Amino acid sequence: MADERVDGNFELNTAPEVPTPASSIAEALSPDDWAEEDICLTVSELYLYYGDNEALSDISMSVARQRVTALIGPSGCGKSTLLRCFNRMNDLIDNVRITGEIELNGMEIHRTTVDIAQLRRRVGMVFQRPNPFPKSIYENVAYGLRLQGRLPKSELDDRVEWALKNAALWEEVSDRLNETALGLSGGQQQRLVIARAIAVQPDVLLLDEPASALDPISTLKIEELIHQLKQDYTILIVTHNMQQAARVSDYTGFLYLGKLVEYDTTNTIFTNPSEKQTEDYITGRYG
Amino acid sequence: MATSDSVSQDLSLQRQSLLTWWRSGDPWIWLTSTAVAASVAAVLGLIGLLAVNGLAHFWPSQVLSIEYERFGTTTTIFGELSERESIGRYQFLEANPGYDRDLPTTVERWLIKTGNRQANPPDFRWLYAHDVIESSVPTSVVVIERTEWGDAFGHLVGIKAAGEPVEPGDLWEEFQARIERTASIREGIDELQEGSINGINYELESIRLEKRRRQLDAHHEFSDLEARESALRADYAVVENQVFDLTSELERDTASLALADGRVIDIPISTIIQAWMPNSMSIWQKLGLYFKNLWNFLTEDPREANTEGGVYPALFGTVLMVLLMSALVTPFGVIAALYLREYAKQGPLVQLIRIAVNNLAGVPSIVYGVFGLGFFVYLIGGTIDDLFFPEAKPAPTFGTPGLIWASLTLALLTVPVVIVSTEEGLTRIPREVREGSLALGATKAETIFKVVLPMASPSILTGMILAVARAAGEVAPLMLVGVVKLAPTLPIDGNFPYLHLERKFMHLGFHIYDVGFQSPNVDAARPLVFATALLLVLIIIVLNLTAITLRNRLEARYRVSVN
Repeated sequence: MADERVDGNFELNTAPEVPTPASSIAEALSPDDWAEEDICLTVSELYLYYGDNEALSDISMSVARQRVTALIGPSGCGKSTLLRCFNRMNDLIDNVRITGEIELNGMEIHRTTVDIAQLRRRVGMVFQRPNPFPKSIYENVAYGLRLQGRLPKSELDDRVEWALKNAALWEEVSDRLNETALGLSGGQQQRLVIARAIAVQPDVLLLDEPASALDPISTLKIEELIHQLKQDYTILIVTHNMQQAARVSDYTGFLYLGKLVEYDTTNTIFTNPSEKQTEDYITGRYG
Repeated sequence: MATSDSVSQDLSLQRQSLLTWWRSGDPWIWLTSTAVAASVAAVLGLIGLLAVNGLAHFWPSQVLSIEYERFGTTTTIFGELSERESIGRYQFLEANPGYDRDLPTTVERWLIKTGNRQANPPDFRWLYAHDVIESSVPTSVVVIERTEWGDAFGHLVGIKAAGEPVEPGDLWEEFQARIERTASIREGIDELQEGSINGINYELESIRLEKRRRQLDAHHEFSDLEARESALRADYAVVENQVFDLTSELERDTASLALADGRVIDIPISTIIQAWMPNSMSIWQKLGLYFKNLWNFLTEDPREANTEGGVYPALFGTVLMVLLMSALVTPFGVIAALYLREYAKQGPLVQLIRIAVNNLAGVPSIVYGVFGLGFFVYLIGGTIDDLFFPEAKPAPTFGTPGLIWASLTLALLTVPVVIVSTEEGLTRIPREVREGSLALGATKAETIFKVVLPMASPSILTGMILAVARAAGEVAPLMLVGVVKLAPTLPIDGNFPYLHLERKFMHLGFHIYDVGFQSPNVDAARPLVFATALLLVLIIIVLNLTAITLRNRLEARYRVSVN
């Protein structure tokens, strides 16, 4: 996907040629065996404090390009906090202190030269509760595009249509693009929000329990969508639902009390975890 | 017949059901609904009272011919019955010592509007019902509304042109035709005065100021200005002559009116606005006249020290001032609220500022008036005069009370409500929506302008509604910073720059005070006070309804879904 919105000489802007994932990833090798070009995000020695409270402790992990990585764990374990580190949403909260590094395509995102707005264009996010803007369906999807400057109307139309098709929503809304997005059902709203996120063609898509507020059928649609989207995007998903993690993800990290207890292929985590805590959580002994 | 046992049972049942009724909360519902009913009744009662007292004034009421005897003299008058009331016998006797006839316990008295203030004063008088010998409704009695000396009542007996009596076929038709003729002449004079003469005066004044400016700049080349000035003066002389001609035309006719006591007076037709015969009009004619009077009230200038005529300049001034105030207060309040809620670090200091802002809403409005006079008018206005209008000095341009300062003072008065309600609106916007925008790469400013402010717009409008409601009713501060009893010109006219912010203006609230409590003729002014008060209330209602409709529309548009 060519990136026309590049401006300035900020490193994050110059999207690297996305390499085809090496076979190692295709076979879902353990993260230790990945080749360098397969890695999209790298976290090293990340600590996060809310005031004096340590919320994340010594997190180190890599996230594979164009794969789905799930973060699971009991409530309050820090999985959403970790997810929000990748697009620096935690900056919005007072009293948060972060140490350690997160690299996106080799660029450290906490550097002072980093334009946070640009970073967030590259790392899209979908929240737990559908949060469409009180605008029309069309305007919701066009929102991120308009932020990047004026596009000709025809191109804007094309990209809105493209995003809605990729979010599997086009069929349902193509005849009412100018109606308010608030009239959509919860599941449709969530797919609209995904369309809004992918319309700006990010590298990474962060999904924070995207289906937890939805009914089973909408959940199924979202999961199918995740399967399709991983062809083009690196996806990180936080979920409460372990079946969902098992269904949609290639890799899974288990967090507990702010620590990354175990991180491996989903298959390994769910069938042969190496940590006792992981096994207890998977088998439902707590959490 | 029930046994005593069953009776006591019934009683206990009843007591219990009373208790149940009490505990069910029904009394609470009654209490709350009564409170609402009382409020509604109070509002409707207020509007009803104003409407009944104010609107009746415009009705062409019957003119009676009353013959009464008082202290041995018999008098005949024409007049409209404007009020009747009963007073106690002792009150009557105290006011009329030595009255020796038998009296009932209460005495009825009538307030009669007799008009003819010049020929037969006073124009309102109280009559005791028992003094009246005879009252009738003469069909041919005429009511004449005049530009001076109030209404005249009498029989039309003749018309004179330049002192010579005319003998028309139909006196009444001829009379109406001549009134129309003078009306059209007067219109022509007004047109010349408001158009050409005002324009020329305005330009002459600009030339004078331009001369003065050049003098101040030690620049003594005036030939272009003087050429222009003499051209203008020549124009002025032409227009002035036209006005003189028209005026002498205007003064040609007089009407002769026979009063109730038999005297005949001459009334210049140039002073007559309209004349009608109320006792021989059909209901439809009366209705037509009623709406015409109502319309004139809204569209005409006041006359006779504001006790007659219309309220158009006050109406215009009120609406313009409120609109200007809204245009000033809304951006200011919204920006302040944005900083307090979105940018400032929430802490004790911000909390202190918030408390201070809330308390500003409680400062008595006259204090704002004093502040506005000292700060806006003298300090800022005076400085503007020093810097930009030195040529007009010592006459102040902006350094004197005026429309802009009144609007600014009221904006200051109402800015707390706009800040508070905008802040409330900003707080109510869900965090998810803001984060959704930020996560798409919008900066904080982009999020505020594209998402937050549109969603907060209903609350901003609520703040504006409250501000308008408060500002439109204020009088006290305005008396210090720009309102006058009679403004010679409207703040908007045809001379560049069209909107004259420095001019003084009239205001309905002040008009009520002035007409009701500063006028020499209380009885004549009273209905106008009610009518003006009704108009002020209606204007506030209309302004509010407009804003509320707009807000409801925005609310429907930006309602956040609950899933």
